[in-house]
Amino acid sequence: MTGPVLRVENLRVQLPNRRGILTAIDNVSFAIEPGEVLGIVGESGAGKSLTGAAIIGLLEPPLRVAGGRISLAGRRIDNLPDGAMRRIRGREISAIFQDPLTSLNPLYTVGRQLVETIRTHLDLPPAAARERALSLLREVGIAGGDQRIDHYPHQFSGGMRQRIVIALAIAANPRLIIADEPTTALDVSIQAQIIALLKRLSRDHGTAIMLITHDMGVIAETAHRVAVMYAGRIVEIGKVREIVGNPRHPYTRGLMGSIPRIGGARGRLRQVEGAMPRLNEIPPGCPFNPRCPEAFDGCRQRRPELMPTGSGSAACWLYDKSAASMAAVADG
Amino acid sequence: MLIFLARRLFQAVLVMLAVAFIAFALFNYVGDPIDSMVGQDTSLADRQQLRQELGLNDSFVVQFARFVGHAARGEFGLSYQQQRPVAQIILERMPATLELSFVSAALALALGVPMGIYTGLHRGSWLSQGLLGLSLVGVSLPTFLIGILLILVFSVDLKWLPSFGRGSVVHFGWWTSGLVTRDGWRAIIMPSVTLALFQMTLIMRLVRAEMIEVLRTDYIKFARARGLSNRAINFGHALKNTLVPVITVAGLQLGSIIAFAIITETVFQWPGMGLMFIQAVSSVDIPVMAAYLMLVGFFFVIINLVVDLLYHVIDPRLRIDREQVGIG
Amino acid sequence: MSSTLVCGSIASRWALADLASSAGAQRWHLALHRVFDSDLWWSFRRSPVTVGAAVISLVMVAAALLAGWIAPHDPFDPASLNLLDATNPPAWLPGGSWRFPLGTDDQGRDILSAILYGSRLSLGIGFAAVLLAMALGVTLGLLAGWRGGLVDTIIMRIADVKLSFPAILIALLIDGVARAMVPHDAQTEIASLVVIAAIVLSSWVQYARTVRASAMVERDKEYIQAARMIGVRPVRIVVGHLLPNAIGPVLVVATINLALAILTEATLSFLGVGLPPTQPSLGTLIRNGNDYLLSGDWWISIFPGVALAVLILSINLLGDWLRDALNPKLR
Repeated sequence: MTGPVLRVENLRVQLPNRRGILTAIDNVSFAIEPGEVLGIVGESGAGKSLTGAAIIGLLEPPLRVAGGRISLAGRRIDNLPDGAMRRIRGREISAIFQDPLTSLNPLYTVGRQLVETIRTHLDLPPAAARERALSLLREVGIAGGDQRIDHYPHQFSGGMRQRIVIALAIAANPRLIIADEPTTALDVSIQAQIIALLKRLSRDHGTAIMLITHDMGVIAETAHRVAVMYAGRIVEIGKVREIVGNPRHPYTRGLMGSIPRIGGARGRLRQVEGAMPRLNEIPPGCPFNPRCPEAFDGCRQRRPELMPTGSGSAACWLYDKSAASMAAVADG
Repeated sequence: MLIFLARRLFQAVLVMLAVAFIAFALFNYVGDPIDSMVGQDTSLADRQQLRQELGLNDSFVVQFARFVGHAARGEFGLSYQQQRPVAQIILERMPATLELSFVSAALALALGVPMGIYTGLHRGSWLSQGLLGLSLVGVSLPTFLIGILLILVFSVDLKWLPSFGRGSVVHFGWWTSGLVTRDGWRAIIMPSVTLALFQMTLIMRLVRAEMIEVLRTDYIKFARARGLSNRAINFGHALKNTLVPVITVAGLQLGSIIAFAIITETVFQWPGMGLMFIQAVSSVDIPVMAAYLMLVGFFFVIINLVVDLLYHVIDPRLRIDREQVGIG
Repeated sequence: MSSTLVCGSIASRWALADLASSAGAQRWHLALHRVFDSDLWWSFRRSPVTVGAAVISLVMVAAALLAGWIAPHDPFDPASLNLLDATNPPAWLPGGSWRFPLGTDDQGRDILSAILYGSRLSLGIGFAAVLLAMALGVTLGLLAGWRGGLVDTIIMRIADVKLSFPAILIALLIDGVARAMVPHDAQTEIASLVVIAAIVLSSWVQYARTVRASAMVERDKEYIQAARMIGVRPVRIVVGHLLPNAIGPVLVVATINLALAILTEATLSFLGVGLPPTQPSLGTLIRNGNDYLLSGDWWISIFPGVALAVLILSINLLGDWLRDALNPKLR
């Protein structure tokens, strides 16, 4: 397949409330290639989960897509009617969420939930569907599938439940999986196993993964590229190695500096002063400027778009000195 | 599972004993049983002798034990008012109340559950808002007022339905049924609607609230993300998860129908146990009050037990299984 | 080295204690503030139904309180009654007059005045019952939540048993017992007290449970533990900290229970075991009028019935709004 699996262009998601309209996601653009793992990283409230929800069409009203377009393998999907979108969900785009404890219906057996999902998307008779369910369980690493398939979710541990969730997500072999904090609720040792599983599946089936997390360590392990989000915008995007080793945007630098590293230089962990602004308090210009150690006049006036920085892009005036200084001159 | 059953049974017995205790205290210490049994001019000596014969001078524990023993056999003494065995009176009146309760419960469920599901699924719609508004009215109108209004419209104005009594009844052994005759049915319509209305609105609001909660859960969100059809989500997943807790609460609510029957029977002069109880309270007929209390206590305990067991059976999380939990 | 440690820990304990005690006063402020927060008022103003309900409730409460002054007649003064006025229909029907706007009953009493006085009784008993039930329930709930252990188990067992029996039944029972124990002539005087007691004993559990749940959550928090460690008296902790946190949900329960209390009292009176005809509440009036329903004098019970229904409905609406507004999940 040529061309990206997913292309998001100028996505805008808004939340009308009694005090006005809040923009939760502002002009976000990126693409994911087939088989690629794109990490979306940022603080809580930066808009990562909302981006995933918007892509799969599960924004909860009054949140709505207010601009931009989302295309799956070249086909536009953000304006599809409900029925068409539902056919895409699970079949072409899947999503998995943070808490495996609550992601599965406690009153149905694992097998029933698997078979139901399989038969929704693939036209298989019950016996064949059950066979496929068993092979899915094997593939995600659950032993003794023949018996366990008829067990209830509460009879599995957290890590196993997340594997079942993943099995459900890949049941119809989707092109893209949106994984929203898939390891956050798990023990560190289990996290590693789940990450390894996701990587293996992506390799074996060519599935692209949009990995949403606040944990940079997980991204560094798993993703090919990473996008850093802040206040509903992407502030930096590029290959993982580059971003981690040589972050360009001041916010990303602050993030990297605040992560303790084994074997790294000793000294105090750097902290970024202040906090991410709330949706109704986003400052004009670059949203990061109040906290940025390198902010200058231009930053407070005009909002920077993503600009090339060598291997990736960053939304920062530092990388477009000419334009910023021109703006400063123009405003006098 | 068996341990659970044994423990619940034990609790049930404890509660019954507590109820029996209250009934007994009522029986023996509220008012003087002797006074209500004999006339004014019975001599003191005769009263003393009667006291002795009836064992009223025995110790508390002995009297209580005797009371419980009698009650277990269905003997509750004589009604002060009617001078007949209380057990007999109860047997006469029980079918009327049970039939009324049954029909009301069926009505409340048959209408309440679907309405609750609909208003839970279609939250903004007209019909939902209307039903919710009506339900608020249903909860606010006292049961007796509804009965009076129904009588006003259907008995006084339209003259379609009888305003009191059970209509003609047929005897089946000790049971009398009004459900097999045409005017038995005509007579039961208004009382059962009156009785059902409160329950129905309660059930509807309960089902709705539960449905809304369930539709918010992560597993429903994940089911949507998997592309399951709306029908599969709403009726396959959401409904089952909604009904499980609803069954238990509704079961308990239905138990209270028996108590609310008191009001309905009063309004419609329905010859059931509720009316009997009210008359007993007014005329301070202690044996009848005590017997009614024990009986209703018994019903409630049984209902609670059944509901608990049902919940246990339905929710797989509560079943103790000896399988080993998987290692992650 | 160790003395600095000790000083440090004492200092921090004092700081915590200071925080705890000023936090106590602050908590009350915060609690009250939350109730009148702008969010609450906003949602109040936005919902016309709720505003309507509030207005109606206020009007009825005011009317009831001022019954003595605004009622056109005193329906309970036998001297002013004239049997010739008996069973007059309402003013807009043939045979009625504006002297008795809503008609009269079988004794010539003005229905409108009777409703006003009756509302006063119904509301009075309702409020009294709710306040007392709240006092009882909150106290027991705090006790159970704070102490835990055996005290908690006992109180909760009693509550559980009580909950499995509907309020009406318990109210009837208490009423019946009171009747049996009190000689006949005293009965009418203490009738209202008996009704209040019946309602209180049948409704305290809601409060107890709510408060207990909230108390148990707070109790395990660190600032409470700190306060205990330095010896702040339990009463102060309970009243200063646990109580304010529980106020919100308790108020919601109270509003719902007010409607329920009025309903219960009306039911008891209608059944004949509540307020007597000499001191009639709305329920008693309805009971009285029931006998005349079949003969066509419907106004004797219907108007008090409408008044009762409107009262309960508006209180329920207020309670619904309050519940939605204070529920963080629905915001």
